[in-house]
Amino acid sequence: MGPITAPSLSYTALSPLLFVFGAAAVGVLVEAFAPRAVRHPVQVALALVGTVGAFVATLLLAGTEEVTAGGALAVDGAALFLQGTIAVLGALSVLLFSERAVDPARSAFVAVAAVPAGSVRDRELATSSRVQTEVYPLATFAIGGMMLFTASNDLLIMFVALEVLSLPLYLLSGLARRRRLLSQEAAVKYFLLGAFASAFFLYGLALVYGATGSVRLSAIRDAAVTEGGDTLLVLGLALLVVGLMFKASVAPFHTWTPDVYQGAPTAVTAFMAAATKVAAFGAVLRLLYVAFGTADWTWRPLVYGLAIVSMLVGAVLGLTQTDLKRMLAYSSIAHAGFLLTGVIGLGPGDSGYGLAATMFYLLIYGLTTLGAFGLLTLVRDGDGEATHLSQWAGLAQRSPVVAALMAFFLLALAGIPLTSGFTGKFAVFRAAIEDGAWPLAVVGLVASAIAAFFYLRVVVLMYFSPAAPDGPTVGVPGLPTTIVLAITAAATLVLGVLPGAVLDLAESAAVLVG
Amino acid sequence: MSIANYLVLAAVLFTIGAVGVLVRRNAIVVFMCVELMLNSVNLTLVTFARSTGTVDGQLIAFFVMVVAAAEVVVGLAIIMSVYRTRRSASVDDVNLLKY
Repeated sequence: MGPITAPSLSYTALSPLLFVFGAAAVGVLVEAFAPRAVRHPVQVALALVGTVGAFVATLLLAGTEEVTAGGALAVDGAALFLQGTIAVLGALSVLLFSERAVDPARSAFVAVAAVPAGSVRDRELATSSRVQTEVYPLATFAIGGMMLFTASNDLLIMFVALEVLSLPLYLLSGLARRRRLLSQEAAVKYFLLGAFASAFFLYGLALVYGATGSVRLSAIRDAAVTEGGDTLLVLGLALLVVGLMFKASVAPFHTWTPDVYQGAPTAVTAFMAAATKVAAFGAVLRLLYVAFGTADWTWRPLVYGLAIVSMLVGAVLGLTQTDLKRMLAYSSIAHAGFLLTGVIGLGPGDSGYGLAATMFYLLIYGLTTLGAFGLLTLVRDGDGEATHLSQWAGLAQRSPVVAALMAFFLLALAGIPLTSGFTGKFAVFRAAIEDGAWPLAVVGLVASAIAAFFYLRVVVLMYFSPAAPDGPTVGVPGLPTTIVLAITAAATLVLGVLPGAVLDLAESAAVLVG
Repeated sequence: MSIANYLVLAAVLFTIGAVGVLVRRNAIVVFMCVELMLNSVNLTLVTFARSTGTVDGQLIAFFVMVVAAAEVVVGLAIIMSVYRTRRSASVDDVNLLKY
């Protein structure tokens, strides 16, 4: 064994990651040294500079195809497209986090997390303008982890990135200002199940390493060609897929999703639903296409089954929900199934349309979901957000704008033409059909029809039900939430009517090296 | 001793950990079972490092230890914050969120 040589790093190709992690590290220093009064604006500004800077960097890097950091990171079209998507969704989420006008308590986040919920001190702090400003560096670290996740060309880096994105999310989901017990409960559940799932991912990593002697995706691909039938390798792949599907909240690994989405602060739920899904599918695509693309018979039946289960579980259980956040959680499970339909469309010799379709779907799903959750923060009663379905009855009379926007986002999630949801579904189903997986597209259409029922139920409730006399009030959003709602609504409309440019971008970016 | 013995031991430990996560009630014990799973992975990794003649496995085991330590920090903080309010670390008591 020779001496270990330091790998060469291409700082240009890594600049999006450096931007985000740099902003997060500076954020920790600000937390330590800046006076409390200025922390909130400084942290928001830092997080925005980091994420927007990373987005600009991904745009400037367009067309880069290189493997750097000693082969551990692949900066290619797919990585850059998904990194850009995550950076945009992250910046919008930071804006949602920073909203201080809607809640009379001045923020969605707890003033001091260390004070026990329900204590005298906690009640004193409930209306204080103090905020646990650590949420911004935590969110920035999570965004950095997600961006690293989509570029990892090595199972070890994938594992480290998985933890870098997960650990801050566990903490963020426990930091709600109102209903703190629910929020802490969500954090416990997310943490225990998340750690359980990453143990499975890790055992899969160990088995793949045993079968191939390497954790580099390209080395696994070479080994899979010759010994694709190796039991260790197939078992390892299955365990890796379990770990990743948990993060992507694909049924039957979805049980944490409704609880955590309901308990976490709504801005954090929006962030988790939108950005985590992009990151998890980025890693799924890279693992399946780069490492196991030449032995696709090993994962195709597995993914096929998971897609069907996820679409049906999400759509059917979504029907029974009475809470809007839980309903959107089941919608997220159903959408994970639609995304897997796109993943199936790899095609012989990477010729399929699946990669581009899945990436496009991730972008439009993230933007629409962020908008829908952003609207949920506006409708409130004395106890915080009014998320029970019955509270939304007759909302159109109280606030026509909020009702119209919500109806628009829900129609987009249902996949009605002239919204981005339709273009996305069309793209992933086309990818599946071109690959010969037409039964999957049929199940997808059935699931869409079932899911449309619960989306439309909310629309009907808002427009055709009498408003309750003691119904919720609709808060006037401050500048940050207004920006988020305007961008997401505009994107949902434009990508539904004129999707050509972005679809072409996704197709030209559909390159995986490594 | 044959290398397979170590792999079987690791698989048994992993299974004990996984079953423990599913059946135990105390959040701390559940968390310890997750740690047991991670350590059985470490055993698997160093065994494979020996059998394949590469050092990657030993290296990865170090990474796993570091990540596990970070996970302990976050996990115990969350469990503590729940315990201070409820005076209980039982996962059965954490039952406000359902249907």
